[in-house]
Amino acid sequence: MKEQNSLSLRQPIWNPFFVGAGIGILSWLVFLVVDKPLGMSTEVSKLSGWVTAVFTGMDSVESNPYWASKTPAFGYSTIFLLTTAVGAFLSSRLGGTFRIEKVPSVWKEFYGGSVAKRMIAAFAGGAILLYGARMAGGCTSGHGISGTLQLAASGWVFFLAMFASGIVTARLLFRSPQQKS
Amino acid sequence: MNTIPFSTSSPTGWILAAVFGLIFGVLLQKGGVTNYNVIVNLFRFRDWTVLRIMLTAILVGGIGVFGMMQFGWLEGYHIKDLNLPGLLLGGCLFGIGMVLYGYCPGTGVAAIATGSVHALVGFGGMLFGGIAYALSYGALKESLFTHGAFGKVRLTETLPLPEWTLWIVLVGISLLVFRLLRGPKLQEEAS
Repeated sequence: MKEQNSLSLRQPIWNPFFVGAGIGILSWLVFLVVDKPLGMSTEVSKLSGWVTAVFTGMDSVESNPYWASKTPAFGYSTIFLLTTAVGAFLSSRLGGTFRIEKVPSVWKEFYGGSVAKRMIAAFAGGAILLYGARMAGGCTSGHGISGTLQLAASGWVFFLAMFASGIVTARLLFRSPQQKS
Repeated sequence: MNTIPFSTSSPTGWILAAVFGLIFGVLLQKGGVTNYNVIVNLFRFRDWTVLRIMLTAILVGGIGVFGMMQFGWLEGYHIKDLNLPGLLLGGCLFGIGMVLYGYCPGTGVAAIATGSVHALVGFGGMLFGGIAYALSYGALKESLFTHGAFGKVRLTETLPLPEWTLWIVLVGISLLVFRLLRGPKLQEEAS
């Protein structure tokens, strides 16, 4: 797939530098009009509070020391999360790249086509990912982009730790038995 | 001056959330980062899309925000605490999770909507991780988080340089990185 220099929604993909600049400009707007950095993982942990509330009731969720400070409630960040999905859906439909994917090709190359295997890995990965994000107080958006661009020391520390760990993990996870050209 | 135009709990704030979310979703999808292979191949040094997007976003976003601060257009920075144990350990877990899942929280949410079933299953994992974190938060707060907390620190406070020189250095490094990392082997595998 070639990088595209036109910014039509019908294009399957855009030039990554345009996209990066777009995210940068989006962060100006968000700072300017709602005085907020871009972020995603706080909202996901609030959603996990909602899921818990289905089983235990909202009172017990609100008595948890973590959810007490991040009370699950429908609002700005919930809308942002949902419409991020809507935007990606429209964009992939218009660009013609929408497709049901169960086992991505790099994974398949190393671990075969088993759907169960891939789903277990995705679930475990998601769990570790969000646990880490909450421990660090942010994710790729909150620390990796919003934090670093404000020159927050926390953002840069997170960015480097995540990168280093990801490289080591990829080394271990995708070790090719036979050297590929 | 310095008044926030729209509260995030106002109806206008909610409409803006939808506009920003839509744009963010389109950008993530058009950036190709809703594709598992693109993200995983970053950590395998086979695809620099993520690095290009992130560095450009940091430079464009950061220089713009710096400028708006100079003009007094913004309320102030939103700096997260420099809690070293949480950041280092959390960052390492995040890296492991990102390679295993193939997405980060934002790109995962977007990827679900592009048809990635494993992104949806991994979202379930994220909810599980969120519950696990909330349950262990009390214990973490009293052990790990009692050390190495430095508060809201900016790089300009640790380096004796004016802010604009830092931006020049960052632009320089990024241009060098972009130049070194161009190459024909990228992208083709991902699509």
